[in-house]
Amino acid sequence: MMKVIQPGVMALLQDGGRFGQHRIGLTTGGPLDRDAFQWANRLCGNEVNATAIEISIGGLVLEAQLDTQIALAGADMTLKINKQAVNGWTTHAVKAGQRIELGYAQHGCRAYLAVAGGFTVEPTFGSSATVVREKLGGLAGAALANGDVLPCPGGQQTPLMTLVAKHRPRYEKAVTLRVIPGYQQQHFTPAQQALFFSSSYTVSDQCDRMGYRLEGQAVQAGISGMLSEGICFGAIQIPANGQPIVLLNDRQTIGGYPKIGSVLSLDIAKLTQLLPGGEIHFQAISMAEAHNALHLADWRWRTTSLTPL
Amino acid sequence: MRIEVAGENALIIYFAEETSPTVSVQIQQAALGLEQALGDKLVDLIPSYASLLVIYDALSCDHLWVGACIRGVLGTVQDPNTLTPTPLPQKERGFKTQTPSPPLPMEAPFLSKRPGERGPGGEGVEKTIELPVWYSPESGPDLESLANNAGLTPEEVIAIHQSSAYRVYAIGFAPGFAYLGQVDERIAAPRLASPRLKVPRGAVAIADRQTAVYPDVSPGGWNLIGLCPTRMFDPQATPTMPVSVGDSVRFKAIERDEFLALGGELP
Repeated sequence: MMKVIQPGVMALLQDGGRFGQHRIGLTTGGPLDRDAFQWANRLCGNEVNATAIEISIGGLVLEAQLDTQIALAGADMTLKINKQAVNGWTTHAVKAGQRIELGYAQHGCRAYLAVAGGFTVEPTFGSSATVVREKLGGLAGAALANGDVLPCPGGQQTPLMTLVAKHRPRYEKAVTLRVIPGYQQQHFTPAQQALFFSSSYTVSDQCDRMGYRLEGQAVQAGISGMLSEGICFGAIQIPANGQPIVLLNDRQTIGGYPKIGSVLSLDIAKLTQLLPGGEIHFQAISMAEAHNALHLADWRWRTTSLTPL
Repeated sequence: MRIEVAGENALIIYFAEETSPTVSVQIQQAALGLEQALGDKLVDLIPSYASLLVIYDALSCDHLWVGACIRGVLGTVQDPNTLTPTPLPQKERGFKTQTPSPPLPMEAPFLSKRPGERGPGGEGVEKTIELPVWYSPESGPDLESLANNAGLTPEEVIAIHQSSAYRVYAIGFAPGFAYLGQVDERIAAPRLASPRLKVPRGAVAIADRQTAVYPDVSPGGWNLIGLCPTRMFDPQATPTMPVSVGDSVRFKAIERDEFLALGGELP
């Protein structure tokens, strides 16, 4: 078990997400940076979608209550075990009674702390993903709080591994997101589409797990009074004020605002690692390009190996 | 009918520009057909008023294959002109009974059930559910203003709200939030200019020609006309929701005492 000494800004238990439940209005939840989340699990020898902690901004402090192994991947929050600074993207042994302390990130803002065997919380609707808005997943549907006890099996002895620096993602402050045009795209005039794809947007203060509201060049859809319809991951809503909202893991499942397309899932982490003020450009790609990118990323994932320490 | 790309692993089928019971039945049929046609490549489906979002596993198939499956399934969906929709009681026709709607020609549940799990409605056949409502200015703070704006008395609003059966067109926004339509035009009301930060659990509400019961405390801009003691979403219960898409819902007025006796909580 791990005891939460201090939760920091926000820490949530997440697994791969809650799928197949849209028919009762449940969103998916799951990691905002799937790549970092899966690396953290791989470093601990876990199944890639095992339950880990998503830490936003930083400040989490845990106390191990058994001997185990942990790994931190994602934003570069300093990691201290028993007051000794250790590297991210690397497996570490932790002994019962030792404290695991996270600092605050300089680059990016989400990191994932995995533990050998994963955190063993009871799934709700097939998943442990915490969706605070729905009060589902994690521990009683809430973010981690002081004194929470997180069950984990411990005892595993897998070789300590690291992901070498060249394979780690870099979290930039200005990013380009690939977009598959779709939904009501044809209701945006070519001029409005050109504006959207040539302008620079910044992340507003209103950015959370539901969606990131952006600020910049307003874009107008030539349609209003739409019937509500299903919203997929990464969909870009353009409400009446013309400011885009990228809908993320905890999005509402249906909605009635026009959408110009959807961000490629592989690029979502670039967005969700940004803090308010981060800069975004959009680039249109075809469905075939998206398909190729997904397969290429899958091939890279399967062929990239961890290095023993 | 039109198929558009929604995202890297999602296509959206638009069945019509407007919604109707017939369109809703078509969407349900298509959902059932696609569930079988796509099998384990299907991740999820989101039926709504006039569209169906189809989310699939983009690493094991692609949009061309899914598009072909959709066209194949849609070819078997009945033409709306020959289709008998689930009969929705029409006031004009004096339809007052509460017999369950006849099942669609399909027996399969809406989405394949995961092991040990039942559908949100406990079965795959459309049914009629009666929901008790305590209508009053105390339980429905917008009842009087809605009546005033409509040129009706609160009693007339309550009578009109109860006089129709509503179809569940979509479930979304929040867990268990069922969009019910169509509300009689006389009591249709626009959303509040300034949404409430806290709408109580069980609030019965109207927005435009839709009505709903808030499954839990949430922000919301719909007009509140009463409170329903029935839990619309309970993660511990089986089924988790009393309704599923395609079902019919009728409302029945109850008094405050009965509301409390049925387990209703005062906000």
